[in-house]
Amino acid sequence: MQYLRMTPELFIQYLFAGITYGIIYAIVAIGFNIIYNTTGIINFAQGEFVMLGGMTAITMTAFMPMPLAIAVAVLITMVIGALIEMVFIRWLESPSVLRMIIITIGISILAREAALHTWGESVRALPYFIGNEVTSVTILGAKISPQVLWVIGVCSLMVAGLSLFFKFTSLGREMRACAANRRAATLCGINAKNMVTLSFVLSAGIGAVAGCVMSPITYSDYEMGPNLAIKGFTVAILGGLGNSLAAVAAGLLLGIIEAFSVSVLPLAFQDAIATSILLLILFVRPHGLFGSSEAAGLKEF
Amino acid sequence: MKRVLSSVVTVVISFCLVAGFSPVSAAKAENIKVGAILAVTGGASFLGGPEARTLEMMVEAINAKGGINGNKIDLIIKDSGANPEKAISFTKQLIEEEKVFAIIGPSTSGETMKIKNIVEEAKMILLSCAAAEVIVNPVAKYVFKTPQKDSHAVQKIYGTMKDLGISKIAVLTGNTGFGNAGKGQLEKIAPEFGIDILASEVYDKKATDLSAVVAKLMANKDIQAVVNWSIVPAQGILAKNMRQAGWDVPLFQSHGFGNIKYVEVGGAAAEGIIFPAGRLLIANSLPEDNPQKQLLVRYLIDYETKYPEDKVSTFGGHAYDALTILVAAIEKVGLDKEKVRDAIENLQGVAGTAGVFNFSPQDHNGLDINSFEMLTVKDGKFAIYHK
Repeated sequence: MQYLRMTPELFIQYLFAGITYGIIYAIVAIGFNIIYNTTGIINFAQGEFVMLGGMTAITMTAFMPMPLAIAVAVLITMVIGALIEMVFIRWLESPSVLRMIIITIGISILAREAALHTWGESVRALPYFIGNEVTSVTILGAKISPQVLWVIGVCSLMVAGLSLFFKFTSLGREMRACAANRRAATLCGINAKNMVTLSFVLSAGIGAVAGCVMSPITYSDYEMGPNLAIKGFTVAILGGLGNSLAAVAAGLLLGIIEAFSVSVLPLAFQDAIATSILLLILFVRPHGLFGSSEAAGLKEF
Repeated sequence: MKRVLSSVVTVVISFCLVAGFSPVSAAKAENIKVGAILAVTGGASFLGGPEARTLEMMVEAINAKGGINGNKIDLIIKDSGANPEKAISFTKQLIEEEKVFAIIGPSTSGETMKIKNIVEEAKMILLSCAAAEVIVNPVAKYVFKTPQKDSHAVQKIYGTMKDLGISKIAVLTGNTGFGNAGKGQLEKIAPEFGIDILASEVYDKKATDLSAVVAKLMANKDIQAVVNWSIVPAQGILAKNMRQAGWDVPLFQSHGFGNIKYVEVGGAAAEGIIFPAGRLLIANSLPEDNPQKQLLVRYLIDYETKYPEDKVSTFGGHAYDALTILVAAIEKVGLDKEKVRDAIENLQGVAGTAGVFNFSPQDHNGLDINSFEMLTVKDGKFAIYHK
């Protein structure tokens, strides 16, 4: 059992593996949170935004340089996000939470089938942004793919950008107002329906960006969405629904626990650990690690 | 109005739900009905996709020539998505409702094992396109399979390791029927070749990153090589994670690696991977006197002409062999199920894509270890492996 001994290099190796999983979970969770905040529902098609972003970018790289392809893919996914909201959600008069959730599950299946017919069943990947499949950089003795740094960097920037957007722009503040109290916001002259559309656009956008930066590492295929959605949902619950910074903390926590669990337990237990943590949290702190029980009590769902 | 619209939406969505599970049916006619249960979508789609396309291509060609002894083939392909539960219900449907003559598939070992008893009880000829040896060992009267046995693949890999002086290895397997069966064979045969398995890990078939487990294995400096046994894209992911971590021990894969798409997604990391496979992948570099060469090159050209966006793979070849064997037997004895079964069992020297088939009542696979060639990846292409 000599290989169980933890060297500093090994520690860093696990840590980076964990941060990579974690930040991707966090981005999906933030996507859940943005839509939850403006509508009070969980959009189960969140994982499909990630898939659409990655797959569209891969198709676009055939026609244009990669940075442009990614930008176009993110824009297309944002438009799809807006269309989904307008076609399926916008015209519903005070729909029940359950109905909206079923609609999002339907959208996720629809998106998956559409992707299957568009791109077929095979796995694809964007090329590595720097270097190729075997390039690595050495950090504190551990060897890491530069793409991991891209994932961490881009996702961190997105989180920071979103926080600033919600705090300092009037649009961001209007969205938060809708989240806090929709009726009061409407009375103040905020168009709540537009805010909902905007939340879908934002969620689709960040999902698509994550889908592009992670594609070289994890590959993209038409059915990657549900798995990501489950992990993202776990993280959103873990952090406390609606709280984006908590989602980042919870995402990193889950990712790192998953990575280090491999060092002591067989790999096969990795997903069981995520589920066990989710169950534990639901029993002990149902409003999430960082959520407040009072605030949770006021929410419909 | 809104109520109407919302019910329309609901109907559309439920239609899509149903459509996801609905079969892909070929034209209907009172002909020889051949059922096929293939994983056209899902994690094993690199198997089922080419298999379905190959069967469609062959049936089209056979029917264009007037069929087998004048009887046209009516092909019914069911997409199981590599899901054993779906495979079971499709099997029952094909047997009871469609009343097919024989069934080709399933694509994966897990599914095949789940339906083995069902077809045996229904006296339905099954030509499986899956690799695990347990499918034909013990022999079931009506169950045959066309891919090479996994025990032969293991022997071939261990033989190569011996040549390279490798004796301490790590084993990684996917949690599918194929992975489990391979793990069993790897562990069973290791002592015969004096090989020690120092670590064995199982990953989820949907795994998207294996860097943590690579870190764990890499820390054990005694490991001289890694064997990975799966049919999922993780084959490429493992290669990337190993090379990125700077771990350069030889990586062996199973015969599940025989689709060039795995090489494409693995990119530079796939270089140097060693794996056993049938000769289809290197058909053009075979010597002229090889008994399979003519057939392999013809299949390769036919397939890639018909499906220019796709490259030929050993998996499509397994379906090719299955239908070739069935057709050969029907040509011999006509349309009597029992007679056709007996005829398959006695087929000798039938050249297929996987090798030359010699069936017997004890051997429902019909291939020997020489049907495997050790291959490697060189400059993004498959090539014969030389030490």
